[in-house]
Amino acid sequence: MSAQQLSFYQTTLGKKVVMAISGVILIGFVLGHMAGNLQIFLGPEKLDAYAEFLHSMPALLWGTRIVLLVSVFAHFLSAFSLWKLNKAARPQAYAKQVSQATTYAARTMRWGGVIVLLFIVYHLLHLTVGAPVAGYEIVHGKVYDNVVNGFSNPAIAGFYIIAQACLGLHLYHGTWSLMQTLGFNHDKYNHLRRNIACGVSLLITIGNISIPVSVLTGCLS
Amino acid sequence: MNQIMKTTVKNMKITLHVWRQKNPKAAGSFSTYVVEDVSPDSSFLEMLDQLNETLIEKGEEPVTFDHDCREGICGSCGMVVNGVPHGPKARTTTCQLHMREYSDGAELWIEPWRATAFPVLKDLLVDRSAFDRIISAGGYVSVNTGSPRDANETPVQKSDADLAFDAATCIGCGACVAACPNASAMLFTSAKITHLGLLPQGQVERKERALGMVNQMESEGFGGCTNHGECEAACPKGIRMDFIARMNRDFISASLS
Repeated sequence: MSAQQLSFYQTTLGKKVVMAISGVILIGFVLGHMAGNLQIFLGPEKLDAYAEFLHSMPALLWGTRIVLLVSVFAHFLSAFSLWKLNKAARPQAYAKQVSQATTYAARTMRWGGVIVLLFIVYHLLHLTVGAPVAGYEIVHGKVYDNVVNGFSNPAIAGFYIIAQACLGLHLYHGTWSLMQTLGFNHDKYNHLRRNIACGVSLLITIGNISIPVSVLTGCLS
Repeated sequence: MNQIMKTTVKNMKITLHVWRQKNPKAAGSFSTYVVEDVSPDSSFLEMLDQLNETLIEKGEEPVTFDHDCREGICGSCGMVVNGVPHGPKARTTTCQLHMREYSDGAELWIEPWRATAFPVLKDLLVDRSAFDRIISAGGYVSVNTGSPRDANETPVQKSDADLAFDAATCIGCGACVAACPNASAMLFTSAKITHLGLLPQGQVERKERALGMVNQMESEGFGGCTNHGECEAACPKGIRMDFIARMNRDFISASLS
């Protein structure tokens, strides 16, 4: 097959770079979002004031939202495109195939990603838009009350906890993969890459899950 | 007192489900054969030779499979045995796999490498010329011909030379593609890019090499890398996934400049 000249984005490698860079942006946001949310443990005044502070800078708020929206879109589109290319590369499956190295996190990247995406839609409708998706009334500005009211319902808290576990698995494989994709490779530090991925995903999962768990157990009310 | 222990080794009976396909366009299917009296000391390919002899005696078409050196260094042989390329033994090609790895009465499924870029020509034989085209697209260094250069004329750091040699042990068998859930050829291509890119002689064409080889690899219809690590586990030469990160870095920096 004579090769046509492919553009950067036409290669699977280029699409993976798009996934990695949008992934870094999204990981950065998730870390910041978690740090902000953990102020719930400082009490209602602190958390509500933090929300008000964010809303006092509409340019920064909307700028961030647009960057995030573009990142999610780019991440999803390149994932979909890679999935199609990868499927086309092996149209006929093996009668028997035995995995020797892969992890649960790696095998669930696609569906885990879809669950996280559905969660993001629900989460935005629930606590950002305040749409009636959670069965109770959201009061704008009363962030602490909105969160505690929501997580008092075990179904909502349970869904958030499951979604965060999915996010954690996604970020474990994602963080390690993005270092590989972007070429962060040095014999001296390579053994650290798995540890960094593990640390990032555990930090985010435990940090985020601590909120619904605290409400369910009555530590926050 | 040296006494050679003589043990009577019982020969084995092996049931095979072999992928049979007349030509690239034909639809293939599994055929089941029972091979009797297989010596545990025979290699996997010798066991297939034994099967083929009985098939020829019966006037049937023998099973086509690729093989050449039968010493584990040419990269010709290769088939997926019970779901694992080159069979169950780590860092071992099919020709170096011995039947003692299996027990008497074993049932084995034998399939060709499965990838769009490796079309099946016949039975277990696939066309791996896509790898040759990837090499042609940049897997070389240009040097002036003439009398041999003096040894150590160009100093190479020992650690670089060792790593380059590790990468150079790739025999191009295609097990990485066969094992990858996406039939990706990144391990192969990255081994070649790493091997040449680490050496001073490989610097002149380093950028064109990364761009050319990646472009050819992608055009052949191999899939992308999702970092499962199946390639590394299946590689009979122990080529490491770190090389893929090196290739990515070369490709990204060449694309940016």
